[in-house]
Amino acid sequence: TPAMAETYNLGRAALPAEMKAWTVEVFPDGKNLPEGSGSVEDGENLFADKCAACHGDFAEGVDNWPKLAGGADTLARKDPVKTVGSYFPYLSTVWDYAHRSMPFGDAQTMTVDETYAIVAYILYSNDLVDDDFVLSKENFLDVKMPNADGFIVDDRPETEYPLFSKAACMSDCKKDVHITMKATVLNVTPDQGGDD
Amino acid sequence: MDEKERHATPATGTGYSRRGFLRAGAAAGAMAAGAGAARADQQPDPLITEVQSWAQGWGDGVDATPYGLPIEFESDVIRRNVGWLTADVISSINFTPIHALDGTITPTGCAFERHHSGAIELKKEDYRLMINGLVDKPLVFTYEDLERFPRENRTYFLECAANSGMEWAGAQLNGAQFTQGMIHNMQYSGIPLRTLLEEAGITNLGDQIKDKWVYVEGADASSNGRSIPLEKALDDCLVAIKANGEALRKEHGYPVRLVVPGWEGNMWVKWLRRIEVTDEAVQSREETSKYTDTLADGTSRKWTWVMDAKSVVTSPSPQMPIKHGKGPLVITGMAWSGRGAITKVDVSIDGGANWQEARLAEPGVDKAMSRFYLDIDWDGSEMFLQSRATDATGYVQPTKDALRAIRGENSVYHNNGIQTWWVKENGESENVEVSS
Repeated sequence: TPAMAETYNLGRAALPAEMKAWTVEVFPDGKNLPEGSGSVEDGENLFADKCAACHGDFAEGVDNWPKLAGGADTLARKDPVKTVGSYFPYLSTVWDYAHRSMPFGDAQTMTVDETYAIVAYILYSNDLVDDDFVLSKENFLDVKMPNADGFIVDDRPETEYPLFSKAACMSDCKKDVHITMKATVLNVTPDQGGDD
Repeated sequence: MDEKERHATPATGTGYSRRGFLRAGAAAGAMAAGAGAARADQQPDPLITEVQSWAQGWGDGVDATPYGLPIEFESDVIRRNVGWLTADVISSINFTPIHALDGTITPTGCAFERHHSGAIELKKEDYRLMINGLVDKPLVFTYEDLERFPRENRTYFLECAANSGMEWAGAQLNGAQFTQGMIHNMQYSGIPLRTLLEEAGITNLGDQIKDKWVYVEGADASSNGRSIPLEKALDDCLVAIKANGEALRKEHGYPVRLVVPGWEGNMWVKWLRRIEVTDEAVQSREETSKYTDTLADGTSRKWTWVMDAKSVVTSPSPQMPIKHGKGPLVITGMAWSGRGAITKVDVSIDGGANWQEARLAEPGVDKAMSRFYLDIDWDGSEMFLQSRATDATGYVQPTKDALRAIRGENSVYHNNGIQTWWVKENGESENVEVSS
């Protein structure tokens, strides 16, 4: 047990202001969410300013940049479209990630109210709220995320490990060996002349 | 090989010019045609009979290279990226040249990188590590503080959760560097995370350790925050300050990174700035939107932390064609498991119909890379090369089809399926899949 271990008296006490500056992550139950609010309407303008160049005017994504909206009911398809609306289980993650790490290249520049507004606009883009919606600390947990129940805890110990822990075949394991797929058909490997 | 086939095959033998490679191939062909007899007719080798410049004059002085790079002839042994994989190069990945390496230690200068907001520059003087949350005494450490804690040395592999992820739907990239190269294996010097948590004090938790978590985050803009069960944090995690004997490279988290043995690379937080003990998982972006594995029915696994047993033949492989013709051939590769030491690697040259036990260069090490060899006498016929790892738990590396039967094709992460190289009669190899 870790109790009563030797300590070295190294380091110093963390000050409240220091802990406050760095402890900004938001939990699924809303813990650490700051006071504040923002509307879809404000969010639309902010999004156009700060986000749309990569994520598109409607959060639909530009080129290879992440789509934040759309993809409803695609998760069981051949090519699922995973967005805030179709995939994210918790709204806390959207708020936390946007507030801490976006915009890409200029992170930690959005105020608390701006973050609420941007998140409200992303919800609107996913048809999860109306255009007059205002997101706040108070109603944050009322928003229903469509894929909230879409996740299971790693079940490999039950579904895979017993199956893959049997003695392996060593000889005459299969009769027919033929090629079913080749990488060169796609030809998407970079040229390796050394200048790439 | 005929002209058409040659042009249909992607670039190989990267250290050679195209012409040089073809010439080498022709020479090997000639030798294979009449090996023994040719030798008797040979002219004396001028590299032996004539005095060479390096045997006469000077080489470089000891002041020429305060910190050296590989000799220029090894210029193909480099990281490579694949432009189309990501939207830009800042939140992206590159690949270790595993095809050209041997042994188990990855040279840090070509060990792969994965950043979410670039490789930041963080001086030791500016470095701070905070431990807070459910601890007796929240603390701030400087880098100098960390250097004063008792240290351990441990060797572990770090594999990106997405390694081989592009291959879920079929053979796509042509080369072990691209299909299995999001991995490195280094010797770390660091402080057990347990030591630092005990310094901050977790006696207040009593026997509730099983239910608690640590949230770890980096100093970079992406933060890469992840939740780790406190039990794992107290078990074998290290706060590393050195790798392969020297300071961490900038791109690997200088000056301090987290080492999470056996677990997916995303959790090995670089430029580590804070460790918070919490009573629930944060369910951050990197453990909800990313690093969750979607199954065929549309539900997704979360908290798939462990990297399962895996292996790959690194040579021959698409970037490592056989140029020497028939006869003795070294088949080599690497194997690893997040659940313990590698105990055995089997190799098949006929696509999995028959297997031979390869030779481990050294006994397997817990959650670290193993090197294997199988020395054969190649008769020049085509081969379907595969390797299959077994770890200390008795788990045997599955085929890709066996994994797909359970998960479908949309998992993105955790593809540890058996790799097949189609070695052709001309010695070139191609990434393929074969019937199971």
